[in-house]
This record gives sequence, structure tokens and C-alpha cells, in this order.
Amino acid sequence: MKAAVIVFPGSNCDRDVAVALEQSMGRAPAMIWHGESELPKLDLIVIPGGFSYGDYLRCGAMAAHSPIMREVKARAAKGTLVLGICNGFQVLTEAQLLPGALMRNASLKFVCKDVQLKVENAKSSFTRGYKAGQVVQIPVAHGDGNYFADGETLRRLKGEGRVAFRYVDANGKATDDANPNGSIDNIAGILNEKGNVLGMMPHPERLSDPLLGGTDGRTMFEALAKVVLA
Amino acid sequence: MKARVHVTLKNGVLDPQGKAIGHALGSLGFSGVGEVRQGKFIEIEIAESDAAKAKAQVKDMCEKLLANTVIEDYRIDVDA
Repeated sequence: MKAAVIVFPGSNCDRDVAVALEQSMGRAPAMIWHGESELPKLDLIVIPGGFSYGDYLRCGAMAAHSPIMREVKARAAKGTLVLGICNGFQVLTEAQLLPGALMRNASLKFVCKDVQLKVENAKSSFTRGYKAGQVVQIPVAHGDGNYFADGETLRRLKGEGRVAFRYVDANGKATDDANPNGSIDNIAGILNEKGNVLGMMPHPERLSDPLLGGTDGRTMFEALAKVVLA
Repeated sequence: MKARVHVTLKNGVLDPQGKAIGHALGSLGFSGVGEVRQGKFIEIEIAESDAAKAKAQVKDMCEKLLANTVIEDYRIDVDA
């Protein structure tokens, strides 16, 4: 199974996600610099967290136009799995591989803490290791994670079961208190129409080893490894 | 030709930064401050002498990069 992590100037979670991927897949992913215009044969592309281009203009805005993104978009259209984490989610919305936009946190504060997520869709290749409705713990670390989508888009996302994760409290309720950034409908992650592109603000790679304090994130990489090695 | 672009959040999109600025103005003693919305200002020098053509080019820039049309509006002015 071939996986790749795209590295932009300012990406800083690329190595963490490479460790998580290697742990589950048994081999290290290719690290691909944003300036490349070609991709090898791949089953999974990961767009990691960080501050690509220093978040200049808008988070992910300029990374979305990097040479490599043309290829990533082409692969996504062909069905290759694409996972965007945090800044990666921002890049995916700016590249229009996912609908909506990520804005400044409503509190205006950078939030860095473990949060509870409810797995709303456990059918996708990314989430099938979880049970539908399962509440997991994964950390967030972002200043611009406030997901926004207009009424029509939101209706479609909910109607088509494309909300992957929601911020919830320990009882699985999507309350305001459980929402770290003001995201509409407590949305933490979404899928595209075909279900091969997932964007999420929380960092599954940061809770994928007992030494890190938990392994709820590892479930995602294990599921991906299974799908792709099948 | 110089183009000036104002990028602002769409009406209906929450602007917590604008709100924070409004509160700060209040703290400074300015009374009667109502809603505050903040945005971006971008100036671009273009090698194009026709104003209509320049505006069209900058509009394309806004649609593609300068503004995120999901949440932002833009206004373009060009000066010779």
C-alpha cells in the first residue's frame, strides 16, 4: 500500500502523521514536497497540519494552489483516498475538494486540548474502524477551526451522511460547551460526495500511541491500512 | 494601473474580530459604537492600461485567490 504525505512550507505535523502511518501500515509513507508536479502510484494522500505559508491571506489558501495540488485533485477525482488534518482540512476546502470554509475560532483563542468526538459516519474507509455513535478522544490545536457552510450545503452534508465527526461532551451530546471553536452544528470533520476525501480539524496522529496518552486516533490509521492492503 | 481590493466577510457570517474591536473601542471611551466589521485591503500594481481589462483581471484574482467566496465579498477599484 502506498501512502504519501504532502509537505508545504510551514507544514509541521507531517512527521507525526508519517510515524502514525508507518506504525499501522508497516512501511513509511513517501514525503512529497509541494513543489513537485507529479505523484507516484498511491492509495492514500495525507495533507498534514501546520501553518502552510504562515497562514498568510487565509489558512490553506496559497497551499491550495501549490503545483502538487493539481495532481492531488486529479487523484481525488479518480477515487484515491485523501485525508486532510487541521491545516490539511483548510487546504481541502480552499482547493474545493470539500465544501464550506474554516474561519477564525469564535472565541478568537487558539485552542489546544483533548476533545470528545462522536463518530457520525462509521462507513467511510477512514472511519470504519469505529462504531457509529462511538465517542472518542482526540486533541485539537488550532486558531481557525470554525467550520462554516451555508444552509443548502449543510442540508446536503447532513442529508447525505457526510458529517464524519462532531464535537460532543462525555455523554455524546453536541453542546455549545463541547464545541471548541464555534463550528456550525459542532462539525469537526466532513466527507466529500464520493466518500474518498475526509477533512477533520482534530489530530488523530497525536493520539495514536499509549505513550501519547491514548490510541483513539490509531483506529483511523489501522482502518486505512486494512482498506488499502486488502 | 493600481487596483485596490477590499475583502470583507459576507453579511450573516459571524465576525468575532470585528466584535472584539468594537468592545475595545468602547473600553477606550468611544460611545455610540455599533456593529464593527473588519476585512482586508489589498493593493495590486498591474501592467494593464485599460481600466475595464484591469478590473476583469483583478476580479479573476479575487475569485481564484484573494477572496474565499464561500464567506467573503470583494470590491475592486482601479486608478490609472
